[in-house]
Amino acid sequence: MLSSAATASVPAATGIAGYAWVLLALPSLGALVLLVGGRRTDAWGHLLGCATVIAAFCYGLALFLSTTGLPPESRVQDLHLYSWLPVNALQVDFGLRIDPLSLTFVLLITGVGALIHVYSIGYMDTDRDRRRFFGYLNLFVASMLLLVLGNGFVTLYLGWEGVGLASYLLIGWYQNRPSAATAAKKAFLMNRVGDVGLALAIFLMFRYLGTTQYTEVFARAGELPSGALLAITLLLLLGACGKSGQFPLQAWLPDAMEGPTPVSALIHAATMVTAGVYLIARANPIYNLSADGRLLVMVIGVVTLMIGCIIGCAYDDIKKVLAYSTVSQIGYMILAVGLGPFGYALGIMHLLTHGFFKAGLFLGAGSVMHGMHDEVDMRRMGGLARYMPITTATFGLAYLAIIGFPGLSGYWSKDAIVEAAFGQPGWHGWVFGGLALVGVGLTAFYMTRLFLLTFFGEKRWENLTTEDGRAYHPHESGPVMTVPMIILAVGSVAAGAFFAVGERLARWLAPSLGTLEVSEQGPLNAAGVSVLSIVFMVVGVALAWLLVGRRPVPVVRPARVSAVVTAARKDLYANAINEALVARPGVWLARALVYVDNKGVDGMVNGTAALLGGSSGRMRRLQTGFVRSYALSMLGGSILVIAALLAVRYG
Amino acid sequence: MSTMVLPTAADPAVSVLAAGLAQVPQMDYRAVLPVLVVLGAACVGVLFEAFLPRPRRWLWQVALTVAALLAAGVALYAYLGDAPAQGVKTFAGTLSIDRPALFLWGTLLVLGLGAVLLIADRSVEPGGYFVAQAAIRPGTQQDRAQAAGANMHTEVFPLALFALGGMMVFCAANDLLTMFVALEVLSLPLYLLCGLARRRRLLSQESAVKYFLLGAFASAFFLYGLALLYGYAGSVKLADIAAAAGGTNRSDTLLFAGLGLLAVGLLFKGSVGPFHTWTPDVYQGAPTPVTAFMAACTKVAAFGGLLRVLTVAFKATSWEWRGVLWAVAIISMVIGAVLGLTQRDVKRMIAYSSVAHAGFLLIGAIALTEQGLSGTMFYLLAYGFTTLAAFAVVGLVRTGEGEATHLSQWAGLAKRSPLLAGVFTFLLLSLAGIPLTSGFVGKFVVFSAALADGMAPLVVIALVMSAVAAFFYLRVIVLMYFSEPAADGPTVTVPGVFTAAAITLGVLVTLLLGVWPAFALDWAGSGGFAL
Repeated sequence: MLSSAATASVPAATGIAGYAWVLLALPSLGALVLLVGGRRTDAWGHLLGCATVIAAFCYGLALFLSTTGLPPESRVQDLHLYSWLPVNALQVDFGLRIDPLSLTFVLLITGVGALIHVYSIGYMDTDRDRRRFFGYLNLFVASMLLLVLGNGFVTLYLGWEGVGLASYLLIGWYQNRPSAATAAKKAFLMNRVGDVGLALAIFLMFRYLGTTQYTEVFARAGELPSGALLAITLLLLLGACGKSGQFPLQAWLPDAMEGPTPVSALIHAATMVTAGVYLIARANPIYNLSADGRLLVMVIGVVTLMIGCIIGCAYDDIKKVLAYSTVSQIGYMILAVGLGPFGYALGIMHLLTHGFFKAGLFLGAGSVMHGMHDEVDMRRMGGLARYMPITTATFGLAYLAIIGFPGLSGYWSKDAIVEAAFGQPGWHGWVFGGLALVGVGLTAFYMTRLFLLTFFGEKRWENLTTEDGRAYHPHESGPVMTVPMIILAVGSVAAGAFFAVGERLARWLAPSLGTLEVSEQGPLNAAGVSVLSIVFMVVGVALAWLLVGRRPVPVVRPARVSAVVTAARKDLYANAINEALVARPGVWLARALVYVDNKGVDGMVNGTAALLGGSSGRMRRLQTGFVRSYALSMLGGSILVIAALLAVRYG
Repeated sequence: MSTMVLPTAADPAVSVLAAGLAQVPQMDYRAVLPVLVVLGAACVGVLFEAFLPRPRRWLWQVALTVAALLAAGVALYAYLGDAPAQGVKTFAGTLSIDRPALFLWGTLLVLGLGAVLLIADRSVEPGGYFVAQAAIRPGTQQDRAQAAGANMHTEVFPLALFALGGMMVFCAANDLLTMFVALEVLSLPLYLLCGLARRRRLLSQESAVKYFLLGAFASAFFLYGLALLYGYAGSVKLADIAAAAGGTNRSDTLLFAGLGLLAVGLLFKGSVGPFHTWTPDVYQGAPTPVTAFMAACTKVAAFGGLLRVLTVAFKATSWEWRGVLWAVAIISMVIGAVLGLTQRDVKRMIAYSSVAHAGFLLIGAIALTEQGLSGTMFYLLAYGFTTLAAFAVVGLVRTGEGEATHLSQWAGLAKRSPLLAGVFTFLLLSLAGIPLTSGFVGKFVVFSAALADGMAPLVVIALVMSAVAAFFYLRVIVLMYFSEPAADGPTVTVPGVFTAAAITLGVLVTLLLGVWPAFALDWAGSGGFAL
């Protein structure tokens, strides 16, 4: 079982799969035309942007259907395109891996991507640069498809950097907001820390195995010495943490909500941020060999899911709450893939259902903002249900899905993860299962709070105006925005049952991820866990109802609150905690460099940063401009070089 | 070149001379034809200066220079097919024209062509980047008049050709004395070129003097190292030094002191830290086309020479010197990446970036494997084109007083000229090593060569430092896209044909080598040095 995805030879793609490069070519072509074509393409640019992604989806669907017809053992195919880096021992092919895992992602990316492209036509209709926006979105889709379709780690890295770049460009979309530029920079830097981890992991694979192609790496993962194996799992995890906003690199993701809402829905909720989960699931033959590596993955997942839940309870900014909810839900996915053969498929299943309901929630939030002059403070909303019935209904279904209401998508996928976590032997089961269960309750609490504050209760906005003095006139959005929301709501309701009943998804993914195993060693059985998670959910909802549903909500957020709330409002001192982790050189450098640049973004002023900034300044003073001092430094360097050479020889 | 014959008993040419026969050593003119074309054209260029009337010189010089570079390229290409795989030694063994030499020659010729296109441009700066009469004192009435005039010193073309010829010989030099002569042939014209800027002439002249003084200092190191090595091996031929180091009981002090001094001279030319101190000042002060020429071509020549010396002469002793060059590489990367952060001038920033890149290159150079050699040469090719185009773009952003190199003047540039900002962003991403650019492939091949040779800690440091360096490239991107343009900001000049051609060339090669590097990697890996 362990090497089910590690068959040494993978058949070459034939038939319709032989044209899989079309998936990359379509959005790339769209991005190229839109970004190079300039203003000439303004009139029809957004339509082209949508068309390329919809066409890619149609092709992806055809490819998917043709693959389901194949016997399971021949569902993994390789499409060799060309030899990218052929140097002696180093052979990197540019090729595509078409298998159930990558096809699943292709459908998610192009499907949700197409809906969000359509929605953006309406959402961005007043933006002068709408064409460029669609160009960036197409660039993102192309990079993301490359990330999941690549047949080696270097190809994956290529897409990995590409999505980072597109995400950076889109977070900084609103160029007149300094906060957007800061958020974009923060995202870029934190991602770079993760990228260094991924790059190191790839180099380690090359060092020990002489290859970076999936087929060969997975087939020969057993040859890795145990130290290198553990290092690779940890470095891959670091890469995953950066891209997926996991502890300790989670701080950029909530800030990334400075981008336009469709971007938050597409990139920072449904697709790009799940790349970390994909990476670990894809590398399953490596993780299968390292129990320690998996344990750390689980720890990171469970820590992040708790952090996300707790902070999500305290924010009043609707997008920030959803962002922390994303952090926490990805925590569940990371926890699931950390469970190894017991959880890979469950992580992917939660990823898919989350793609539906979280994209639906973000698009709903975007619809609310669209009708409320871009207001994001929920304390200034309330009672919107009457004015936005479709938004309320679709948002409500997605809300029920995320809290795990029985029968809806989130119930099937999240419950399965909690059960599998309880299935771990010994204290692992209690700790990971227990915390995942607490997370269910907290999720129910903050999501209920968000739903009630926004759509129900008194209309707090009636006596308020926007910052520039306009009154609020909430209204429902047009069909170009509501239709994608309705489609996503259908997915939020039905996808979970469709995937979970009869283990349909797990069996489909088995050629890529191995068979899903069910553990009976845990302290609680499945039925017990199921009941418990419903109890926790009901308690969470009830608490939220008691706190915000029954009582009037002040428009200005109260200053005198308990220590827990204060901590949560300050992102659980995530920045302070990160400072405590300066031993991680990556984080240390990223922060220090931000400081050097900007005298401390986000108040991240700290002593270590000052040290590096200061040393750069001091070193700069060595560059005096005097030839004599330059010559002296050269002389000094030469003496050192010669002394060192002689010391090595005679020492 | 007849001075190359030195009294070594083993040398057949010496015994021939000793026999009193005035026989010319065997010369393979076909192999060295590219160098002869370049140096010959330089001499013709000098004659043009002497005999052509001033108004017609520019046209003739440009035509001659471009034709010479193309002809040299054709000669190189024609020779490539018939070149023996193990290389040719000619001119009494002073030149070794092997596969790496041919690759570096090709690189130098193409990069040189790009630089010459920039030098020839007269539309960006009316009259060209170069001063009309260098003898006029800066700041005087005549100086202001010349700055507004349409003339330039057309001697820059033969000077550039001489420098290029020197670089080509430097890459192929098979003994240290030839190498030293080539070093001087490539350096002296560069010192002059640095001082010929049309505007900000004091800064330009200061940079020329600095470069000259420090360059002379470094040459002295090189020469002293050469003398010590001659004392050690009794020969200046690289192969003889290798043989002597292989199995004798001579004084190792001479060997390692000589190696150290020699390395300092080479590292200086490659602007490797801590011997980089001239780089920021000279890059900033020199006319931008000359900066581009130095950043692209001098780096190729210096690392080409370093690769040959280390591989051919000192491979046997690599255990002793490798650790030291490790440290030098780390120092260079750290200096380049960290000091780049606080720069406020675009040209200085790219100068520090070049120091960091020199560190990355050194990692490949000390790997001493086939992969290290081909990776380093590919990196040189890739980096050369990217940095050439980057400097060409810098030359386009101007105010009334000349180039606007202060970073604050670049704020909001994307709103004024989206195309220029897009091109510069692409080049910066390549310098940062983002995939689908040549910078990524270059780093990838160099780092994997280093890893395969057991230099994992060095690779980790290099990756971290390239992440740090990415930050200051990013800062420029942020500045161009996310800042409000200053009210009296610079204008973006529409480039003339020459500059546009150079930028297009640089950008296309950067993209091509990122997407389809196979042909260049194949060529770079087609063979090692002739031992």
